[in-house]
Amino acid sequence: MSASGFDVQTVAFLARLKLSLEEEDRLGRQFEQILAHIDKLNTLDTSNVEPTSHAIPLQNVFREDKAETRFPDEDYLSLSPAQYKDHYEVPQIIG
Amino acid sequence: MALMEFETVIGLEVHAQLKTDSKIFCSCSTRFGCEPNENTCPICLGMPGVLPVLNKRAVEYALKACLATHCEVERTNIFDRKNYFYPDLPKGYQISQFTLPIGRHGRITLQGNGIPKVIGITRIHMEEDAGKSIHGDNLGKPGKSYVDFNRTGVPLVEIVSEPEIRSAEEAREYLMILRSILEYSEVSDCNMEEGSFRCDANVSIRPVGQKEMGTRAEVKNINSFKFVQKAIEYEVERQSQVLRQGDQVVQETRLYDANRGVTFSMRSKEEAHDYRYFPEPDLAPIVIDEDWIKRAQSGLPELPEEKRDRFVKDYGIPEYDAGVLTASRALADYFEACIRTFNEPKAISNWIMSELLRELKSANKDISECPVTPENLAKLLKMVHDNTISGKIAKTVFEDMIASGKSPETVVEEKNLVQISDEGAIETLIDDVISANPEQAEQYRSGKDKVIGFLVGQVMKASKGKANPGLVNKMFQKKLRG
Repeated sequence: MSASGFDVQTVAFLARLKLSLEEEDRLGRQFEQILAHIDKLNTLDTSNVEPTSHAIPLQNVFREDKAETRFPDEDYLSLSPAQYKDHYEVPQIIG
Repeated sequence: MALMEFETVIGLEVHAQLKTDSKIFCSCSTRFGCEPNENTCPICLGMPGVLPVLNKRAVEYALKACLATHCEVERTNIFDRKNYFYPDLPKGYQISQFTLPIGRHGRITLQGNGIPKVIGITRIHMEEDAGKSIHGDNLGKPGKSYVDFNRTGVPLVEIVSEPEIRSAEEAREYLMILRSILEYSEVSDCNMEEGSFRCDANVSIRPVGQKEMGTRAEVKNINSFKFVQKAIEYEVERQSQVLRQGDQVVQETRLYDANRGVTFSMRSKEEAHDYRYFPEPDLAPIVIDEDWIKRAQSGLPELPEEKRDRFVKDYGIPEYDAGVLTASRALADYFEACIRTFNEPKAISNWIMSELLRELKSANKDISECPVTPENLAKLLKMVHDNTISGKIAKTVFEDMIASGKSPETVVEEKNLVQISDEGAIETLIDDVISANPEQAEQYRSGKDKVIGFLVGQVMKASKGKANPGLVNKMFQKKLRG
């Protein structure tokens, strides 16, 4: 873990990425730079700014509860690497 | 050394499916029992570049669930992304609510053994369901898993209780009450077999008197009320043994195996559960104003607790009866429909709780499938009340009604079961009994009261149960002692 608290190995594990030592080093440093850059935002005085959770001033965007098949002829299953009996086949999850 | 005494601490997380027609963020159907992967589209399959749009009815149902459990409504609530990898989660994150859930600080009141106990509700939030996985040779090859995304994106509310439940029995009652509240307010079918009402239990124990919580295990995969109780009882016993042996309980997720009646470790919870929640940028905040809350409130029906109190007050039936009758809205409606035909609440309540529920249980039927209409049940009880038939005959008639769906009048007429209240006819029967049993008749005449039971019984037998027993009793007295 670096001085800023950023741990490249943990983040790589959470993203299921396997990094070489060279990549760990390089990406770690790049992330540090990015974080340092973002940290500049923290120097702004936001005490008079309402917290916001969304970039666009929108609220209550809804659709009506109506069931319909959007693309009836689309065979999504065939886009996957492996299928079996109308199911998506994936590596074993639990033993 | 004395055995250590432990206190059980339970918190429950319930996932209830909101009964919308379409999914929470796309228009795919939520219908149960379709072909695998039939109800999917680019949105619920997590294709790049798609835009989820929130189903308004899902919010309305979640709001109702909050109000029905006395939650404070978060006026501005938002969705977050919960990031983790699992094959049944195609986007690599679940859209859920984390920082600002729709409801907080609610409560449910348990009735227990007549002493009410309040269990706090920490929060209620909306989220999308994940898909369904089938493992290995349950469908195909060992070493593979198989995923059906029909359920992916089905709207849920997760209802989290405070860790204030102290026994498996209380956990069961909490769930029964929560289910009836959700059913009453018509936000969920709460069908456990179809997975529309699921429960995870956080269970820990601590020595009696200790303030700090013990290490907890999360028990998943409990899909019936009976199993909730059994799984928790098993878990409490297991943890007690661990502690008594001087070992430590491990924080982990355990699955309940209903066949073996045990819980077993699924994965250790210590390892990185770092969901990296952040606000979902594709969905706008939900703002619920006073007006919307008022509309939702006025759309709520009378809830189980209010209905129970009203039944006690208006119909004068015991708390216990009222509790049984209001456990499901359909049963409560049935009861009240009976009363409209025949206003004897206690007689009706007795009959429903004993005969009716027993027959339905043995036929494995729900009250909504009951072949006897409330009007017909009320008419049957009125016939008993008016002495048209005896209580005993009524049971026979009722069995016939359950089997055939016929009205009580039809059954009584077809089987010629009308009670004999004609004094002439009864007198003939009494005379026959006296001459066949002179000894008992004499005993009764000379003051031995108990013999009357035998004598009346003989008349009832001779009349095939149709004689009016009260009248028979009176006429014996008049004849032998008058």
